[in-house]
Amino acid sequence: MTDSTNQIPDRIRLSFVVNGTKRTLDLVPWTTLLDALRDHLGLTGTKKGCDHGQCGACTVLVDGRRINSCLTLAVMKDGAEITTVEGLAQDGTLHPLQQAFIDHDAFQCGYCTPGQLCSAAGLLSEGRAKDADEIRELMSGNLCRCGAYPNIVAAIQQTMSWP
Amino acid sequence: MNGYVGTATSRVDGRAKVTGAAKYAGEFAADGLLHGFVVTATIPRGRITRLDASGALKVKGVVDVLTHAHRHPLADKDEAWKDEVAPEKGSPFRPLYDDSIKFNDQPIALVVAEDWETAKFAATLLDVAYQEEPFATDLEAERGSATEVQKPHEPRGDAAAALAGAAIRHEADYLVPTEHHNPMELYATTAVWEVDRLTVYDKTQGVQNVQKFLCSVFGKTPDEIRVISPYVGGAFGSGLRPQYQVVLATLAALQLKRSVRIVLTRHQMYGLGYRPETIEHVGLGARPDGTLDAVVHEAIAVTSRYEEFSRNDTGWAEQLYKSANSRYSHQLVRLDVATPCDMRAPGAASGVWALECAMDELANALKLDPVELRLKCYSDRDQSEDLPYTSKQLRACYRQAAAAFGWSNRNPAPRSMRDGKELVGWGMATGIWEALQMPVAARIVLTANGHAEVSSAASDIGTGTYTIVAQVAADALGLPMDNITVKLADSSLPQAPVEGGSWMAASSAHAVLAAAEDIRQELARLAVAMAGSPLAGTDPADVILSEGMIAVGSDKSRSVSIADAMRSGSLERIEKEKLNHFAEDKSHARNTHSAVFAEVKIDEELGVIRVTRVVNAVAAGRILNTKTGRSQVMGSVVWGIGMALHEEAVMDHRFGRIMNANIAEYHIPVNADIHDIDVIFVDEQDEHINKLGIKGLGEIGIVGVPAAIANAVYHATGRRVRRFPITLDKLLS
Repeated sequence: MTDSTNQIPDRIRLSFVVNGTKRTLDLVPWTTLLDALRDHLGLTGTKKGCDHGQCGACTVLVDGRRINSCLTLAVMKDGAEITTVEGLAQDGTLHPLQQAFIDHDAFQCGYCTPGQLCSAAGLLSEGRAKDADEIRELMSGNLCRCGAYPNIVAAIQQTMSWP
Repeated sequence: MNGYVGTATSRVDGRAKVTGAAKYAGEFAADGLLHGFVVTATIPRGRITRLDASGALKVKGVVDVLTHAHRHPLADKDEAWKDEVAPEKGSPFRPLYDDSIKFNDQPIALVVAEDWETAKFAATLLDVAYQEEPFATDLEAERGSATEVQKPHEPRGDAAAALAGAAIRHEADYLVPTEHHNPMELYATTAVWEVDRLTVYDKTQGVQNVQKFLCSVFGKTPDEIRVISPYVGGAFGSGLRPQYQVVLATLAALQLKRSVRIVLTRHQMYGLGYRPETIEHVGLGARPDGTLDAVVHEAIAVTSRYEEFSRNDTGWAEQLYKSANSRYSHQLVRLDVATPCDMRAPGAASGVWALECAMDELANALKLDPVELRLKCYSDRDQSEDLPYTSKQLRACYRQAAAAFGWSNRNPAPRSMRDGKELVGWGMATGIWEALQMPVAARIVLTANGHAEVSSAASDIGTGTYTIVAQVAADALGLPMDNITVKLADSSLPQAPVEGGSWMAASSAHAVLAAAEDIRQELARLAVAMAGSPLAGTDPADVILSEGMIAVGSDKSRSVSIADAMRSGSLERIEKEKLNHFAEDKSHARNTHSAVFAEVKIDEELGVIRVTRVVNAVAAGRILNTKTGRSQVMGSVVWGIGMALHEEAVMDHRFGRIMNANIAEYHIPVNADIHDIDVIFVDEQDEHINKLGIKGLGEIGIVGVPAAIANAVYHATGRRVRRFPITLDKLLS
């Protein structure tokens, strides 16, 4: 390899709306959306658990859909609307899912929780899950090593029945 | 005590965790922060003969590449590298110390750059060559080299003769594979450098352990290194010992005089500690009526070549089942792997699985109900020391769990129960763990507005320490929980050991209680001495703190406010720090117990196993918080399901390398794997163990679960699988 191939390419300018605020960044092209959020925007609520799309801790909502932000390059989302866990509460009032997670003790260490919450928010808007079995199946991309799964399902069910 | 202890109270750190405000080790910012990426070895044993970093160093943004040949000084004595939970025997691993390779994925270099993307890229440009040496990583192939290291209990009688002469005998090997903790948070450290000090944000279960360790490794004084870990994204034992990334981040910060963050990759975490692969050999000899005459339990476990890690796998029968003859041993096979470490219920999760599976096999041979056999052999005393228990409500566990599960409807014959196309199996097992307590100190600062800050260096790794400390403090001070602020996991706070072994609830609660008692005494003195006090003449010992007031215990209408009492003494704040104290008691055995009943449904054609129901009845003394406590046991049940059906690090012994070092191919339970889990807390008053009767819940929930599932699989299929995990190929083959 020559030295020239071993240099970082030029940064690319991109913008997206994160939790309602437009943000502009200059990033090397291989920066993932996850690292853009955590390292470049200081939004560390979104978690890195594997960087390989295996654990779901990095789940965020992009244009309303839940995705693994570690499998997405930031440059692919130029112009997108992104919601992270920091954007779920409105004016200091918790999102019903956040409150339900507290009520049902749907976490212990809390590390998978932002991903679970964003994934659950995506699940609710998909409208596909009708019962506990379907919630379990459709939330299985979000690992929880503390084993809070039954409480996560209960919290989501509580939110689904919310008026 | 009044209102909060014993109730289902939501976590006080809940809001921080659901809003993303809770910060973990790799998330703290610092000016000019550098990012380190670790490069790891690709052979299990040998020497580094070339480590050329020139290509990486030419990349714009790379600041330095640290190696054994290019690094700040490190301590050269083993003692300096022994943290408070290091194995007694051995020479702890020292990252980047020299050119020797002791295990695959050992760190050999740290690329440090201005940003993470650059460090990660430059790390691919290192040119490394090795001189490889012969190695061994296969426990079963090396079984013959095992040496005995520990007798958990002295033998009683002649177990070999009793076993040989028993009317009914069962002997078998049970195999536990290597398992990895896989906490969701990646191991991470942010070392914030200042001219005269370092602040180290680390993923750890013990900030003071890490602080002492770093001070001895780097020749620093405690005022030069502060370790902070407010939130820990799971650990399960993996954070008891300082991990290598905290050494490397500190090393780089000192060498470069800059702040440095290191986040390991998921793959790299398979180069840390793990539950060791273990062959558990169990022999049981019984009379036809189920009376046990012989118990033999030998464990043969993996350790590294450089440290002797062993736990109590085999002593548990001594506490659970009466037998006139018994023999236990623990043997180690030294392999070219990293040293194992504690993983949830170390020793017990592995050993009790084997014992409880063997008991199930014996029950089948005796044609006895498995619960009946356990009651027949039930021991009210710990036989090794011939001691009674501080409390042991295990009979109630069996009774309550069996009733909740519907055990009386079980047809004992294997393959006799069905649900459509699925075979149904019901199995049960016993769980046991120790009720430990350790020295912990707490500080309470009470201000005149009736708010209290409670602090200790103890950790909350998701276990709920923040919450139970607030509950205990609120009750002891007679204040609403909203008036209590809890600060934990900062090495500058009052003394605490690592959080592990299920000892932190009892230990921290009694530290808080002790400090609160000093506060009460001070407030009582002030209140009694106030001019015109309604408490005048009251014995300070009769003064209580209740509903924000200082009152006479026998007549709460005679009271003064905390604010008035403190004003009378011209005090704005009262600060008390106290170490907990437990009366020494060698006249009792101290344990938690459980009875676990599990239902599996197995697709007969495909072998797919589902654990559809688990009932876990736990007797663990006073439960401080039934909400977080239930979650902890439920999470342990999930761990037990993973242990029985999913978890296994698969080593390719030709290369001495783990083949599934990621969280997709190393299977852990996902949401769809988990169905009904019923946790029952059996009422257990314990007046001996400690003042509040607390025993701890961190481990007991997993012990017994794997065996209950394995026994259920046997009941469903008639096939006895003695090698975890029970995957479908083992049922179909």
